[in-house]
Amino acid sequence: MEQNAVMGQVVEILRPFVKNPSALSTISLETSILKDLHVNSARLVDIVLEIEDKFGISVSDDAADQVKTVGDAVSLILKNKA
Amino acid sequence: MVITGLGVLAPNAHGLTAFAHALRNGKSGLRHLPQLAAAGFACQVGGIPEGVEALQKRYLSDEELFAMNPNMIYAAIAALDAWADAGLARVPPDGAPDWDSGAFIGTGIGGVDTIAEKLVPRVEAGKVGRLGSTMVEQIMSSGNSARVAGLLGLGNQVSTNSSACNTGTEAIIDAFLRIRDGRAERMLAGGSEGSSKFSWAGFDAMKVLNRTKNDAPTQASRPMSASAAGFVPGSGAGLLVLESLAAAQARGARIYAEVLGGHVNCGGHRQGGSMTAPNTTSVQRCIRGAVAMAGVAPADIGAINGHLTATFADPSEVQSWARALELPPEKMPWLHSTKSLVGHALGAAGGIECVAAVLELYHGFVHGSVNCDDVHPALLPFASRIPHRTIDTPDLEIIAKASFGFGDVNGCVILKRFANSPAALTPE
Repeated sequence: MEQNAVMGQVVEILRPFVKNPSALSTISLETSILKDLHVNSARLVDIVLEIEDKFGISVSDDAADQVKTVGDAVSLILKNKA
Repeated sequence: MVITGLGVLAPNAHGLTAFAHALRNGKSGLRHLPQLAAAGFACQVGGIPEGVEALQKRYLSDEELFAMNPNMIYAAIAALDAWADAGLARVPPDGAPDWDSGAFIGTGIGGVDTIAEKLVPRVEAGKVGRLGSTMVEQIMSSGNSARVAGLLGLGNQVSTNSSACNTGTEAIIDAFLRIRDGRAERMLAGGSEGSSKFSWAGFDAMKVLNRTKNDAPTQASRPMSASAAGFVPGSGAGLLVLESLAAAQARGARIYAEVLGGHVNCGGHRQGGSMTAPNTTSVQRCIRGAVAMAGVAPADIGAINGHLTATFADPSEVQSWARALELPPEKMPWLHSTKSLVGHALGAAGGIECVAAVLELYHGFVHGSVNCDDVHPALLPFASRIPHRTIDTPDLEIIAKASFGFGDVNGCVILKRFANSPAALTPE
């Protein structure tokens, strides 16, 4: 899958959880999900569930714990889809 | 102690202007509910606030709604309305909590819909990992008050009480006592209840819901009627901002009414009381306790907004009022039931009905208690004190509001019109 397409879908998954919507206008692979987007850390569980459903992949707890940035999520998806 | 803000989301109206209008005009919020018919309910009528799906987006973000069930959403809408109505601002996300303001927002059944529709099926299917992060906050009893605390930035005590149908009234009395003790300047208080077949099924199984008016929903809730055949389930939220008079005056707040006193107790399932029936001695003690604390004479009470659900307990309740107040039937205050219009909203009932009582005081009317043209035979001596249609009462000074719940629990609060209330609502 193409990285930009995956990122676009990740952003859409993140969007309802973002408490700092202004950060969406400058979102990049380096954007921190918690620090920049101000997503409630508890909601990372829900974001991973949505990623699993949308991309048809299974994400281990250890792998999920490594997701800090938008890029981490995109890489995780691309790796699982490879 | 005064009331400076009101918020209501009821089956027949959202917001104070619409609710006062609905009360005045006898607008029922009860409808036939196909989901109850499909589930095999004998009672297929209920009260659910309308238009909430569109409304909630004006009040709550997607992120907030993701973690909220109807009970929490109803509470949040009423809370945000009440806070704004009181002229209070929400603490900004980066601000310090408002240490002087808290909330007692009760619920009777809470998030049973979430338990039934999400928690149980997923756990039974071995899919605990698919529950997501929001399950606990939706099923914990305090989910409604906890969410409101975050929305407003409350820093004083925030809790959810539960005493069945007495819940909302109990919350208001508890808030009154907390402020009186000097432990808070203001409290948001009342109750909320979601609308779900899972909340109501047990009552249907007990045969305490009216199953005789599925074809005439607006006639289904019949408090004090000879043809009363059970209550009609309702839902929604009603919340009041209670505040010390000093705090209210210091910020120049508009004052709706005074809280003069209140009392809660339990019949202990003795002297004829049980889990489901009231100990009438405890009911009378509760009423007397509230009146004594308020320091008013029974004859000063202009109206009673009763519990009056349209079950077998209505005649007993009215008799208890008469005995507690030691007034002959013809001298009794006006007797009426808001449930005749909105059904029985369980844990939200006391909150919604207290909002109604405050609006009645503020605007000078007593709303009609509908569907009891055939007054129950045991209540015929009181018939002249039951307004079937709304009456203007510009001299109405004091309302007694009570709630009585499963568990043999009781609550009664005495509300007084404040000096600056307008004489009457301008007809719309």
